[in-house]
Amino acid sequence: MSGPVLQLAGVAVDYGRRGQRVRALDGVDLAVARGEIVGLVGESGCGKSTLARAAVGLEPLAAGTVTFEGRDVTPLGRRRRPPYLRGLQMVFQDPYESLNPRRTVGELVADGVVLGGGSRKEGQRRAAELLERVGLPTTAADSYPHEFSGGQRQRVAIARTLAAGPSCLIADEPISALDASAQAQIANLLSELVDDADLGLVLVSHDLSVVRQVADRVAVMYLGRIVEIGDTETVWGSPRHPYTEALVAAIPRADGAGVLPVDLPGDVPDPANPPAGCRFHPRCPIAQDSCRELDQRLVPVAGREIACHIRSGSAAPAGPDDPPSG
Amino acid sequence: MGTLLQVDGLTVALPTRSGYHKAVDDLSFAVEAGEAMGIAGESGSGKTMTALALFGLLPPGARVTGSIRLDGTELLGLTSKQLRAIRGRQIAMVSQDPSTSLHPILPIGTQLTEHMRHHLGVTKAEAMTRAAELLRTVRIPDPEQALRSYAGQFSGGMRQRIAIAVALAAEPRLLVADEPTTALDVTVQAGILRLLDRLCRERGMAVIVITHDLGVMSATARRLYVMYAGRLAEAGPTSELLARPRHPYTRGLLDALPHPEAGGAPLVPIGGSPPSLGRVPDGCPFHPRCRYAQPSCATDRPEPRPVADTHLLACPPDPLRAAP
Repeated sequence: MSGPVLQLAGVAVDYGRRGQRVRALDGVDLAVARGEIVGLVGESGCGKSTLARAAVGLEPLAAGTVTFEGRDVTPLGRRRRPPYLRGLQMVFQDPYESLNPRRTVGELVADGVVLGGGSRKEGQRRAAELLERVGLPTTAADSYPHEFSGGQRQRVAIARTLAAGPSCLIADEPISALDASAQAQIANLLSELVDDADLGLVLVSHDLSVVRQVADRVAVMYLGRIVEIGDTETVWGSPRHPYTEALVAAIPRADGAGVLPVDLPGDVPDPANPPAGCRFHPRCPIAQDSCRELDQRLVPVAGREIACHIRSGSAAPAGPDDPPSG
Repeated sequence: MGTLLQVDGLTVALPTRSGYHKAVDDLSFAVEAGEAMGIAGESGSGKTMTALALFGLLPPGARVTGSIRLDGTELLGLTSKQLRAIRGRQIAMVSQDPSTSLHPILPIGTQLTEHMRHHLGVTKAEAMTRAAELLRTVRIPDPEQALRSYAGQFSGGMRQRIAIAVALAAEPRLLVADEPTTALDVTVQAGILRLLDRLCRERGMAVIVITHDLGVMSATARRLYVMYAGRLAEAGPTSELLARPRHPYTRGLLDALPHPEAGGAPLVPIGGSPPSLGRVPDGCPFHPRCRYAQPSCATDRPEPRPVADTHLLACPPDPLRAAP
């Protein structure tokens, strides 16, 4: 298939809060191809989960469009979800809450097949296959969710989304509720599935190390906008946006060197009152006066796109005035 | 500086439907005054039970044996009244989830001053002044306003900083931080880790950091104890353990981590999962998941033995001895 499987164009999402309008997502463009993992990172409150929810139609859009395989993703309403959206599935963070405790794992997975028009019997056969595919014993089908560990439960949840025969998965913090060794297992499983089934995957995670490990491309979000996007290696290896730099420097390294990670002072500002100009400027170590006024757009720089006019040199004094990086 | 906390042969058995099972099994460690040490392990390794045992806060019915001495005073066997005089004043705890450790409908100021007034006997006004100072120390903007606010009005990172301030209120000599940053963003985590480091240095407060995150360990703890299934697997200086792990479990934990330098190589998870309570295998508890396991590992219980000056290892075959 040519073209992206999932495309977001100028997507904005508003939340109402005490009669006040809060723009949680503000003009985000993102395209996901089949066989590709796009990592979405940023601090809490940056809108990454909102983006994930908007991408599967769980949030009404204030502006922009989301298209899946060329067709509109209509927000979930009272009507039944259109069948063509069955290929777009979501994996949730907490496998303790996203699985019905009163039904067996086999039934839970078979549901996806039954909803797609298959018989219950066919569903059970497929469920056994899928449970094996995600690394669970086939005998798991007769057990209930509480009989499994967190990592195994997340496998069940993934098998359940696979039952619908998806071409694109949106995974919102799929491993953050799991143990260290289970995290590595689930991260590897997701990346195998993307390769085997040629899926597109949007991986939302606050754990930058995992995103770095599995994502082909990474989008860094700040306060409802993407501030840097590009190939994972490029963005990670030589971050250009000061916010991305701060994120990378904040990761403690398990090398025993005893180096304290670098602090980024301040919290993400209240999205109801976003700062004018560049939204990162109040926390930015290289902010200049112009940052308070100039709204930032993504522009291509050094093999990726960043929204920082100082680093991209589009409106800043060039050359020797460039602040040292890092 | 002397030994502040000395734990010897600590064993915690929890009641289950199939009888008592050991969640912590013959664990010994010491914390020097002003020192930052760490206890690492996955869930079920007994690290949280160890922390709860220090506070006398184990679930009802738990059986504790061994010895926990704080400044020479045996804590096991104290009455709850005696323990209350120690908790908060001598030792304090910060837990993983600040939304459950802070009271939702008491103002922050009340929660901060409660300890001070109880333990330090200061007046309300004096306590409030100190509380505002503490909030400033943990970098809460506008402390006076924050004292009148409620936990729900703060972000997760700020709540955790407030929870740390509450723990520090009575100026404890030992702070136990159980997964203090697991629920937080890396940027906020970096701030909390730097804060703990600063408090350690400036106040001479000892810290026990409990986490499964070896990156966090590397940044905070000078000495590290790695636990598996309630027992000590390996202990030593953090720099040595992380650079040259000798126990296959420590090695496995490190391999399962994404390495910033290693690029996109697939992670190497440890096969299987940790044993649940009551299903701890005989011999070395790690042997079913260990790629170096020998027949003797299934039968002989490994005891921690010194392999270097300050390095303890509970793995008699020691397969990683010559490894780089």
